Amino acid sequence: MKSLDAYRDEVQVRAVFDQLARVITREWTLMEVCGGQTHSIMRFGIDQLLPKQIDLVHGPGCPVCVTPLELIDKALVIAARPNVIFTSFGDMLRVPGSTTDLFQVKARGGDVRILYSPLDALRIARDNPSKQVVFFGVGFETTAPANGMAVFQAKREALKNFSMLVSHVRVPPAITALMSDPANRVQAFLAAGHVCAVMGYWEYEPLAAQFRVPMIVTGFEPLDIANGILAAVRQLEQGRVEVENAYPRAVTREGNQPAQALIAQVFEVCDRKWRGIGEIPQSGWRLRDEFREYDAEQRFDVGSLHVNESPLCISGLVLQGRKKPNECVAFGKQCTPAKPLGATMVSSEGACAAYYRYARHTFAVVG
Amino acid sequence: MITLQCPLPLRDYPNIVMGHGGGGKLSHDLVQHLFAPAFDNALLAPLNDQAVFAVEGARLAFTTDSFVVKPIFFPGSDIGALAVNGTVNDLAMSGARPIYLSAGFILEEGFALDDLTRVVYSMAEAAKRAGVQIITGDTKVVEEGHGDGIYINTAGIGIAPNGVNIAAANARAGDAIILSGAIGLHGIAILSQREGLRFDSEIVSDCAPLHDLVAAMLAVTQDIHTLRDPTRGGIASALNEIAEAAKIGIEIDERAIAVPRDVASACEMLGLDPFYVANEGKLIAFAPSEIAPRVVAALRAHPLGRDAAIIGRAVTAHPGMVVARTSIGATRVVDMMIGEQLPRIC
Repeated sequence: MKSLDAYRDEVQVRAVFDQLARVITREWTLMEVCGGQTHSIMRFGIDQLLPKQIDLVHGPGCPVCVTPLELIDKALVIAARPNVIFTSFGDMLRVPGSTTDLFQVKARGGDVRILYSPLDALRIARDNPSKQVVFFGVGFETTAPANGMAVFQAKREALKNFSMLVSHVRVPPAITALMSDPANRVQAFLAAGHVCAVMGYWEYEPLAAQFRVPMIVTGFEPLDIANGILAAVRQLEQGRVEVENAYPRAVTREGNQPAQALIAQVFEVCDRKWRGIGEIPQSGWRLRDEFREYDAEQRFDVGSLHVNESPLCISGLVLQGRKKPNECVAFGKQCTPAKPLGATMVSSEGACAAYYRYARHTFAVVG
Repeated sequence: MITLQCPLPLRDYPNIVMGHGGGGKLSHDLVQHLFAPAFDNALLAPLNDQAVFAVEGARLAFTTDSFVVKPIFFPGSDIGALAVNGTVNDLAMSGARPIYLSAGFILEEGFALDDLTRVVYSMAEAAKRAGVQIITGDTKVVEEGHGDGIYINTAGIGIAPNGVNIAAANARAGDAIILSGAIGLHGIAILSQREGLRFDSEIVSDCAPLHDLVAAMLAVTQDIHTLRDPTRGGIASALNEIAEAAKIGIEIDERAIAVPRDVASACEMLGLDPFYVANEGKLIAFAPSEIAPRVVAALRAHPLGRDAAIIGRAVTAHPGMVVARTSIGATRVVDMMIGEQLPRIC
């Protein structure tokens, strides 16, 4: 495998965009599903080098952004309890709930800890038998295997003081929901390379055929994204509709089958609400009955919560590719990373955060 | 009359959060909107890392810093050497030659005397290397559970040469921006130790005293406008602070900034941006572009400045904003960090 520098090389990236300029004859709208790709696009300025005919819109693939507000509020209530050690990936700590965030719960005495692996939560549970240790299990199919492994291991060890607040979501139903929407204008997808590294891309083949939409498995470096865009435009220009793998160094059609088996062993598909979008059928994972005792929602009764979403925030439209972040009236004014109205402005994969962090010098609106 | 109402930009956070000490925007807001107006005076107002003032003909530089690093021993250094070098460097960034330090220890009940001995001897060694003396100090002990083993505060005094006027606000459009070496080593050394991460080769902190390096630059020219050691918050926060203080725009070229391969890999893996990772042995200098190559040559002649390079320039466009040319030839904003860098989910 080449070093990362090779995938960030100006000469090679420009060569791909030169080919693109020769191929393209009309306007096309492409969606990158994954927030990580959105950040790469803005971080490297890929959008600045694209032919004008290409409109890149951003998809719902930021797990932090789509975690429902109700669940974040539940997390905040659980984390504030005196006998709880609440653990999470760092991304979740600054996400605003209805009234506060996990950082502030920590500041008021809550035992909130940032982890790099869900398995570390098990170690904390073993070391603190008198405390309840909760892990916020957020993410797409990329994090589901490791989170599933943590629950699996907890059951094997019969740990009684570990549970997971589960907010796992699945990509294919989200694509179905987007394409079924009459307002949809997406003509091709750049599928998230890391999701496909786990799940393969066999799940996407019926979707591509059903909705007549090319889907290109795409990596995260500038050269990967440039190649993904070129492949998508070639298909569109030629009238082809295929699932194409532009990220073969990491992805196979079948994916990581042991990881898929682990997900299937621990989780089952369920309907799930996406923040800003609403309920999408069959779009989530929940713990299977035999692991349900590890479900933090079952273990902790937090009563009924009244959620309070900002009326100004248009993150739902941004997540569906229907608005760009800088088209929001609050962007860079009432809403900045220091004072976000929605998760898309604070998550490290959020589209609004990417626009603000990397590209606000190119907009008229400056915060 | 002093009013006790919380200043406006701080109201979003009714409690102190970790980010208030992270060296990014939250730290900056706390200082700018609470401490600076409350303590209001001309020496504090520029918000440099030290104050420089005249006493009976001598120009003195004065600074203080506290060290709460965890773990206290890490690859390449420890909290003791860090406490000495950090304060030496804060003095050096005014062009001053550090002479005396104080050392205040806050120890937690139960802290191992062997560890304290290691830390103290490491401080002594670092002070000797930097040519400073620790001439006063203080020790307090807090109950178990009320500290993290050991915290150290150091204050320092140095002598600033006449004819040198170095401050963040002095950077001017047209200045070349010089970086003394590769970034990210200290922050990743700490993180790798804290999280038990292993890399091909051990990443070692760059913790070092920088006053000799500054002296080497001043031997070339006294017309250095700004110096900053990019510690917490990394080069991104340091450059943003300078852009704001001097009301200039900053343009840097990402490809001119050396990031060691292991640091880059660690950052990729953890979802961190090396521009925001802490350094403890690097400096950023703003100097007139016509003399910048000679300044770089002087830095390169010193072991701590071998990889020095011009990384960009100050401009009149986009005042207060740092813009980088990316590796693929586009541009992006390099923002001030909000709180702390947070590892991402995937």
